[in-house]
Amino acid sequence: MYGSDRLRSVSAPELDEGMPTEEMVLNVGPSHPATHGTVHIKLWLDGEQVTGAQVNVGYLHRGFEKECEAHTYGENFPYTDRLNYVSPMLNNVGYALAVEKLLGVEAPERAQYIRMIVGELARLCDHLTYSAAQVAEMGAFTPFFYAIKARDFLWDILEEISGARLTHSYVRIGGVAADMPDGWVERTLATLVQVETVIKEIDTLMTRNRIFMDRMQNVAVFSKEEAISHGWTGPCLRGSGVDYDVRKDYPYLFYDRLDFEVPIGTAGDNMDRYLVRMEEMRQSISMIKQCFDQIPEGDYQLHDPRITIPPKQQSYNTIEGLINHFKIVVDGIEVPAGEAYTYIEGGNGELGFYIVSDGTGRPLKCRCRPPCFMLMTALEKLLVGHMIADLVPTFDTLNMIGGECDR
Amino acid sequence: MSKAALDRLVEHLRDGVISTHAHRGDETAVIDRSLIRSACLWLRDTEGLEFNMLSDLTAVDYYTMGREPRFEVVYHLHSLTLKQRLRVKVGVPEEDPVVDTVCDIWQVANWCEREVWDLYGIRFKDHPDMRRILMYEEFDGHPLRKDYPKDKRQPLYRRPQHEIDEALAGRPGSGHRPGFGPRNLLES
Repeated sequence: MYGSDRLRSVSAPELDEGMPTEEMVLNVGPSHPATHGTVHIKLWLDGEQVTGAQVNVGYLHRGFEKECEAHTYGENFPYTDRLNYVSPMLNNVGYALAVEKLLGVEAPERAQYIRMIVGELARLCDHLTYSAAQVAEMGAFTPFFYAIKARDFLWDILEEISGARLTHSYVRIGGVAADMPDGWVERTLATLVQVETVIKEIDTLMTRNRIFMDRMQNVAVFSKEEAISHGWTGPCLRGSGVDYDVRKDYPYLFYDRLDFEVPIGTAGDNMDRYLVRMEEMRQSISMIKQCFDQIPEGDYQLHDPRITIPPKQQSYNTIEGLINHFKIVVDGIEVPAGEAYTYIEGGNGELGFYIVSDGTGRPLKCRCRPPCFMLMTALEKLLVGHMIADLVPTFDTLNMIGGECDR
Repeated sequence: MSKAALDRLVEHLRDGVISTHAHRGDETAVIDRSLIRSACLWLRDTEGLEFNMLSDLTAVDYYTMGREPRFEVVYHLHSLTLKQRLRVKVGVPEEDPVVDTVCDIWQVANWCEREVWDLYGIRFKDHPDMRRILMYEEFDGHPLRKDYPKDKRQPLYRRPQHEIDEALAGRPGSGHRPGFGPRNLLES
């Protein structure tokens, strides 16, 4: 206060009127260090202030739906991995649930618990990646390494259960690909302790940091009504103060058996979107621990010859088993004609799959409802009126993942 | 999904509802194409329905199934206040692929409708900005149509004017004008 008053008293009158400026057009992206993923943002600037913005997406379009329509239901899991590639497990789970809904079957209880565990691990990875990018792009590089280190621990765990670090393709229609390995529970719990420490470290370094707060608070405020109209879901919608979490409001798998809280923001600014994700990570850790306490013994996959491939013993040694295996791999699972929309809480919000079947082994239509596509519809509004330097933190809080936004 | 909401919609539109079903618990109404705007407004603003969020907007091409009309535009509605959902669909014939826009009812529809135009070639009447969104401006055709071959390749290059004119002449009413240059990077 004191400083700004003094400045005003010594400034010349023409400085108060502001410098004469000229409108300038600036292109950010498609390939730019701050647009992780390729997105093109065209800005109209008055000095440093953004007066207009146009967002162009689509640079990472790979024809997800077209590919899905050409492949069998089982073959599509690797494509879903590449939608939101920081939380592939959640995409796997969402897709599997959609096909199962259309089939009218449910995976065994143990498989559903495993799906919840790997799903929450993926959510941790997603939010860690988000917080790493968020702080690094604002100049704080140390917490970036901490968060990426923690994500790597989680990838080790996920690699152990699925065989792949990034693109897991672990979930199957009617269950999961394999049971939890021996000693995996203990190693996961030990990893979660490390991750918890890292989250605490980021929290201590960033959340009350003066510079961080100044750049995050009251920047890119988005109201409840606008957020709903723009189809926002997930941490961003909750940051704007709307209490909607698919896990709480439409429980799928066994989320209704878990005890967890949904963090809600109040201001709808960048800071709230950050804080909501930080709290969600703590909730996810608690959920995984509860799952480990509750998980029952039993099968990790359905045994239905129409849906799952038979055990290797059978397909190698019996003609029926071989034919069964062949039919499912080549012709695909025959899904009765009809349509179904399934939605789960993905890393960025409601991740929906709308599948239309014509009764064959390949979907007639396999639509992914991408949460960050909906978030990106609002970016133009969020940027206008702010400084150009606010673009990077604001874009980060939306956590746009090109693979999912552009499909 | 919500049965009560579906019943109210049927009661409200009467003959405007072509068919309904609740396959796998997803209440669905196929309604008359001309009613989509008024129905959406009514569904959003009526007490007890309050579908304040458009969860998803997409289209389906039933070409391979030989169904008439060929396309369907699908709206997934969601009420955050009452925690209920409803699916509304409209049939769109191939020869007149136009639907009224809903992007002033739910703003998210702006991009979703652009995507449907881009991938299926269904136009939305009164949409403020009917440009392609995922494919590039020069792209010829609509890739999610079933008659667009999956392995067809279209290298991106600057086309001579006569080629564009020929392409436009060969596709009357397609309305899409292929542009020039790298995706309006420089023109302001």
